[in-house]
Amino acid sequence: MAEPMIRAEAVHKRYGLLEVLKGITLEVAPREVMCLLGPSGSGKSTFLRCINHLEKINSGRLYVDGSLVGYEERGDRLHELREREVCRRRTEIGMVFQRFNLFPHMTAIENVVIAPVLVKKEAKAVAATRARALLDRVGLSNKIDAYPNQLSGGQQQRVAIARALAMQPKLMLFDEPTSALDPELVGEVLDVMRALAEEGMTMIVVTHEIGFAREVGDTLVFIDEGVVVEAGVPREVIANPQHERTKAFLSKVF
Amino acid sequence: MTIDSVEGHRPEEIRAVPLRHPGRWVATAILLVLAAMLVHDIVTNPRFGWGVVGNYFFATPVVDGVEKTLELTFVAMATGVVLGVLFAVMRLSPNPILSGAAWLYIWFFRGTPVYVQLLFWYVIAVLQPTISIGIPFGPAFVTMSANSIVTPFVAALLGLGLNEGAYYAEIVRAGILSVDHGQFEAAQSLGMRRTPLMRRIVLPQAMRVIVPPTGNETISMLKTSSLAVVVTYPELLYQTENIAARTFETVPLYIMACFWYLLMTTVLTMGQYYVERYYARGTSYALPPTPIQRIRRNLTTLRRVPFSPSGLGGS
Repeated sequence: MAEPMIRAEAVHKRYGLLEVLKGITLEVAPREVMCLLGPSGSGKSTFLRCINHLEKINSGRLYVDGSLVGYEERGDRLHELREREVCRRRTEIGMVFQRFNLFPHMTAIENVVIAPVLVKKEAKAVAATRARALLDRVGLSNKIDAYPNQLSGGQQQRVAIARALAMQPKLMLFDEPTSALDPELVGEVLDVMRALAEEGMTMIVVTHEIGFAREVGDTLVFIDEGVVVEAGVPREVIANPQHERTKAFLSKVF
Repeated sequence: MTIDSVEGHRPEEIRAVPLRHPGRWVATAILLVLAAMLVHDIVTNPRFGWGVVGNYFFATPVVDGVEKTLELTFVAMATGVVLGVLFAVMRLSPNPILSGAAWLYIWFFRGTPVYVQLLFWYVIAVLQPTISIGIPFGPAFVTMSANSIVTPFVAALLGLGLNEGAYYAEIVRAGILSVDHGQFEAAQSLGMRRTPLMRRIVLPQAMRVIVPPTGNETISMLKTSSLAVVVTYPELLYQTENIAARTFETVPLYIMACFWYLLMTTVLTMGQYYVERYYARGTSYALPPTPIQRIRRNLTTLRRVPFSPSGLGGS
């Protein structure tokens, strides 16, 4: 079997005395779409942020594409990575946020161009050409020069996806990408994500969209209070949850 | 409940009797009397010496002093801004040495009066008669007398610029802290390192918070530059006092200096307005019209535009 894109072994994360992740163990294969489901405060977003080292884990091991996140193993000790190396690895992981977090002082295309030019030292013209193609792909070729505050939430989120894709990542993390959107705008963002999944992008999606999880997800993982309660094929878990917590949660979401 | 949406039927326009404000008329009358008294005094009191004010307003040393005041203000302010940004970023650095050093700098220069700092630079030669470049605790390659390096201009620049740097660092820090944390995370997730993240993402957004106090600080600096009198730097006030010492026309000359300062701060205030507009790009607020746009609109509508908080007026 191929090396998994993500391997988490008993990942723990604490904020002071509050233990948010209490040993998450899971694997994500290349080209897999994993949906993380769970009540708020269950630790799913935190887990996502650990994957690109926005949060440091306290114990356990977390590997992306075979290499340890944030550390290097030399002998029997872990050594912290330099900022340069942490940043280089982040370029391989795209992230999309609940509140979009577009750069408000830049137009749509500037948002998409800046990271390739600044981080990967790509030529502006090359980056701009790809940015136009990406914005076209998310259906925003007519909004290239719009500032974020001139765009609807759904449009902003699609720019944010294009911005993440501009770095040509091998893995995409979605942190509740549709939770801040008006109901009628959710579909346009999910469509973009579905197309991305069909192209074979490895994706981890924290979401409350059960429909999306069932149709697009390869795996569904239900997390509660910092542990994986249940995992499996989405259709089966949703139709026939094994655990009381999963049943209770799904009955409320539907 | 019934909903009747017949198009075209519109009840007649409301023409109510406007509310009367007798208090405003009383207040206006009182203010007019006071203003008349003031104007009368200004015009008839010979001790104002308006002729003297006019005679010296464009005198060579005065204009020269104005130039030097502007020069010192901008160089000292530029120094303050550069140091301020540097120390603000250092202060927020995860490196304890850097943030500690920035804290110490701010603590010292904000904690002592700028007047004393200026005096101190003026007499630096007493403390350190010579300044050398060489190996620490070892031989010196170049040695110069402190007085030849710390000229009155350099003393004024050091005094005002270093002090401003400490205040400005706190303004920049407030600006950086006002930027949404999501912006840092988004930039980090794209692999940006700390320096480009600050320069390209955070600082441009912090500008919206930083610019208004910067205008304030520049105006303040323009006036504080008059303290450079104590280091004998020949700026506006120094030149004014020089003339006053010769002619004994002290009051008219101080009035003249005040007019110059007012003129300069007014121009700065107008500049600040346009800089603020520039950095308001991409925010959710509609930009208020510039005075020129407002005049143009008033001329085209030929109607008084009532004041509204958004500055857009009614139509």
